[in-house]
Amino acid sequence: MKTYPSTGQKDTRSGFGQGLLELGRENPEVVALCADLTGSLKMDAFAAEFPDRFFQAGISEANMIGVAAGLTIGGKVPFTGTFANFSTARVYDQVRQSVAYSDKNVKICASHAGLTLGEDGATHQSLEDIGMMRMLPGMTVVVPCDYNQTRLATMAVGRMHGPVYLRFGRPKWDIFTPAEDPTFQIGKAQVLTEGSDVTIIACGHMVWLSLKAAELLANEGISAEVINMHTIKPLDHEAVLKSAGKTKCVVTAEEHNRLGGLGEAVAQALALHLPTPQEFVAVNDTFGESGDPMELLTKYGIDTPDIVKAAKKAIGRK
Amino acid sequence: MSTLCTQVRRDILRMVHAVQSGHPGGSMGCTEFFVHLYFNHLRHDPKAWTMDGKGSDLFFLSNGHISPVWYSVLARSGYFPVKELATFRKLNTRLQGHPTTHEGLPGVRIASGSLGQGMSVAIGAALSKKLNGDDRLVYSLHGDGELQEGQIWEAMLFAQHHKVDNLISVVDRNSQQIDGNTENIIGLGDLRPKFEAFGWQVHQMDGHDLDDIDRVMTRAREQAGKGKPQIIIMITDMGRGVDFMQGTHEWHGKAPNDAQFEKALAQLPLTSFGDY
Repeated sequence: MKTYPSTGQKDTRSGFGQGLLELGRENPEVVALCADLTGSLKMDAFAAEFPDRFFQAGISEANMIGVAAGLTIGGKVPFTGTFANFSTARVYDQVRQSVAYSDKNVKICASHAGLTLGEDGATHQSLEDIGMMRMLPGMTVVVPCDYNQTRLATMAVGRMHGPVYLRFGRPKWDIFTPAEDPTFQIGKAQVLTEGSDVTIIACGHMVWLSLKAAELLANEGISAEVINMHTIKPLDHEAVLKSAGKTKCVVTAEEHNRLGGLGEAVAQALALHLPTPQEFVAVNDTFGESGDPMELLTKYGIDTPDIVKAAKKAIGRK
Repeated sequence: MSTLCTQVRRDILRMVHAVQSGHPGGSMGCTEFFVHLYFNHLRHDPKAWTMDGKGSDLFFLSNGHISPVWYSVLARSGYFPVKELATFRKLNTRLQGHPTTHEGLPGVRIASGSLGQGMSVAIGAALSKKLNGDDRLVYSLHGDGELQEGQIWEAMLFAQHHKVDNLISVVDRNSQQIDGNTENIIGLGDLRPKFEAFGWQVHQMDGHDLDDIDRVMTRAREQAGKGKPQIIIMITDMGRGVDFMQGTHEWHGKAPNDAQFEKALAQLPLTSFGDY
């Protein structure tokens, strides 16, 4: 089995900040807005280098989304930055009407997503955002897996036309994808390990945990195919069906409510084209709470051992 | 111009009567404003309309439910064929109940309908013009009831802080909203000191006096670029032009029946512009 050693740890939000800075140098039409979280979103470097193209919106996310939609008129490519909850739930109608329905080229960039936000607790731990954004027609939803990929994803979404939801997180996380990765394309899943017994489809932080789970499974003689589904919408149906056709069972792993997220997207693809047993490693329709990120993943059943357990269960259902 | 206003009001009534839905009250109240804006004020080229609108003045309708007046004026100023007004609110139309970019109607740059969002969008478009070195201006129209939405006040704070002085917003102060008089629903009080406290340059005009509209809007245009966003409190009567529809919230979102329609049209005789 192909293995992916960690080459260090960095937060995915820093990958966003770096990607935004580089994209700003590449394209003078790129502008950025932030709702009083410039440091948290790592947007300070862009703001310092391009002060005329950076707009502090203050704590008024609804207005920020509307201003971003307006900036596209005249050719700007706006990136908005705030936490995942305030990028989605707080501004859902603004995103729906002024961005998605109006087909505006706004990139909604959301940090501190999921349980791994940690100690701030459930008010800030968005576990519903992927579902909300997936439901909007025309919205592309991207959840990159590590620092390097978040940097590449930031630049990639800036080069495509149309509304995008880009989700990343707060904690330092293992880096295992290359700094430059020609295999990374929006809408194209990455098969990280080839396997024959079970398919594990993951996004975001859960990809690293899935790779660790695959190693544990391999020690027990179980061959797992790990797929990095960094683009949840449009979903790479072909990759899902190809792998599920081979392994005959699927596990999905996400730092999100089991309702509405990656798991449901995969389940729909399978239900329509290739009914296959599927296990969901996801938060079980509940809110989070304060705590250490890793402790939270364990308590809410989405840590590495949970993926291992789900894989065995899925295999047993074949 | 006043003849054109009569024709636009006929268009509004004929559109909402035909589909027995839509919002005639605010539309009729804003007729003079729209006619003046599109025929006398905006620096625009309807035949060469683009989404980006570089080199043109831009207009955003935030209170999207008064789409009938906007559609009528857009058509009659050349954005699309006047006969298309007959498709208003019908299946497969570009003239959706609330304006949208989704069907590609020329003249519309953002969807509106869910209230309170248009000022933010107009601010963004104004910032885009500044970044592009484009000295044309951005205009937005808002209902007064819409000021109850918090996003409007977020936008007002933002605009003064970032000195968005190429924006002229207009508030249709008809003092009516669906459930009744604004002051009985959630009172807005005296708007001028509120707007001034938010750092905007405030003007007021009579929304049914074409000369006053011209005077005030010209003055606002002259004050663009002087560091402050501007807002015009436009005093109007909802349902203006038909005696039994005027000055009441009853016709905010209600279509006239056949008898009411005939009675209303009798007060707005056919003009040389002709019906669509």
